[in-house]
Amino acid sequence: MTEEIIIAGFGGQGVLSMGKILAYSGMMQEQEVSWMPSYGPEMRGGTANVTVILSDDRVSSPVLQSYDSAILLNQQSVDKFESMVKPGGLIVYDPNGITRHPERNDIRIFQIEAAAEAARTKSPITTNMVVLGAFIKVNPVVDFENVIKGLRKSLPERHHHLIPKNEKAIQRGMEIVTEGKLTS
Amino acid sequence: MKELALMKGNEAIAEAAIRAGVDGYFGYPITPQSEVMEYLMLQKPEERTGMVVLQAESEVASINMVYGAAGTGKKVMTSSSSPGISLMQEGISYIAGAELPCLIVNVVRGGPGLGTIQPSQADYFQSTKGGGHGDYRLIVLAPASVQEMADYVDLGFELAFKYRNPALILTDGLIGQMMEKVELPAQKERTNKFDQSWVITGKTEDRERNIITSLNLVADLQYEHNLKLQEKYKKMEEDVMFEKIECDDAEFLLIAYGSSARICQKVVEIARGRGKKIGLLRPQTLFPFPTVAISKLARRVKGMMSVELSAGQMVEDVKLAVNGKVPVYHYGMLGGKIHSPEDVLSEVEDKFLGGY
Repeated sequence: MTEEIIIAGFGGQGVLSMGKILAYSGMMQEQEVSWMPSYGPEMRGGTANVTVILSDDRVSSPVLQSYDSAILLNQQSVDKFESMVKPGGLIVYDPNGITRHPERNDIRIFQIEAAAEAARTKSPITTNMVVLGAFIKVNPVVDFENVIKGLRKSLPERHHHLIPKNEKAIQRGMEIVTEGKLTS
Repeated sequence: MKELALMKGNEAIAEAAIRAGVDGYFGYPITPQSEVMEYLMLQKPEERTGMVVLQAESEVASINMVYGAAGTGKKVMTSSSSPGISLMQEGISYIAGAELPCLIVNVVRGGPGLGTIQPSQADYFQSTKGGGHGDYRLIVLAPASVQEMADYVDLGFELAFKYRNPALILTDGLIGQMMEKVELPAQKERTNKFDQSWVITGKTEDRERNIITSLNLVADLQYEHNLKLQEKYKKMEEDVMFEKIECDDAEFLLIAYGSSARICQKVVEIARGRGKKIGLLRPQTLFPFPTVAISKLARRVKGMMSVELSAGQMVEDVKLAVNGKVPVYHYGMLGGKIHSPEDVLSEVEDKFLGGY
């Protein structure tokens, strides 16, 4: 099994750290993993994206042009990556601020109201964990327990008191993710 | 027990350096390799092993600190990225001339000039042909994964001390910035167990003084010195390393190292999935180059393509190895742009698979 995932959004939305936790989660279940960020000038204030590959075999190219799954957190990312999802693949996106929604018929499309949930709970720093929860609910490539273990590895020890809060955000994401196409 | 970590290629080099028992690191920051020194500074290796980590005032200072410390028989290294490595060339030539072991890491970025911070493989010529002046060679290692970034630090020093020659890890921003699972090497003691007869740590009464220099104004002696160096470079061929992927029944062969090799691995996967007999030969050492292996394969494949993030540098060594037996092509992106597996595949189809 190999899962090729693109995660994209604005810098500051926690795209890179979400990818890192996902990669750690894969490691916790003895998979081979790679995490490749866009590290160019674009990461300074513009869009940020990271390619995460989880595989039972040696990972070949970290550079990809088509993906099994896409987690998209802004309009630019939807516009750029929707067409790069393989037929039969899926998109998880936050409809917040989206005016042109994903519209393909040959992939599954899910919404996660993570920004709205963050506003409701006044907890913007766990927004990306809500999204991650949604993703592992609709595409269980990593087990929930392994995500928590991954989180533990990924966070520096001084932040370990935040783990329960993050765990809750992941669970919330698993609950509120919805499937279907929205019309623009 | 295996000690696994998820880390960036640059961090893996730094951690491996501490674990390899390196005595000193001298460097100057530059994207995309700054994590090497950042990681070292954070780790406080002076507390872990007694290793010295110093941010020098420039790349020129860094390489000359390496030169000086290497002369005392210490295990020392530096790292930089393309423009910084260019600044170091004088020092590298001196170190090669003086026959001192050290490790240099080049996390290549797009050039020429200050260029861009994106990955590139356009420093192949500089690394393998002698970027400074004079007839010298570096041992050049080309890691293609974060694991190899870690492993090649120790290997680099092993070869550097075996030949008393600088070794260079040639990688790029892609492998440097990427995180992968890596099995960390065990901690080695920071002691030098190699032959210390040449080091300049103070003359003892039982021997003549040691001299470390790259200057020799007597032409006959410099001639002899050059012959000795050439003999050494020839002997390095016994340490050539490469990986063959799906080469046994391959009709067409890709030759790629480092990040391009990873991309080509995917190309081979896709092509094999479609029943096309494509193989990949991945040089792990670029000097010595796997000339013999490529030459042998040239007897039974229909063509080869060198895939590199450059305008065509390694392709020249492939052509020398193939010596006209089969067509040799080049494919590559320039200036920091990266080819995708699909880009390479369409070129492979165009050049090789048209007549399928």
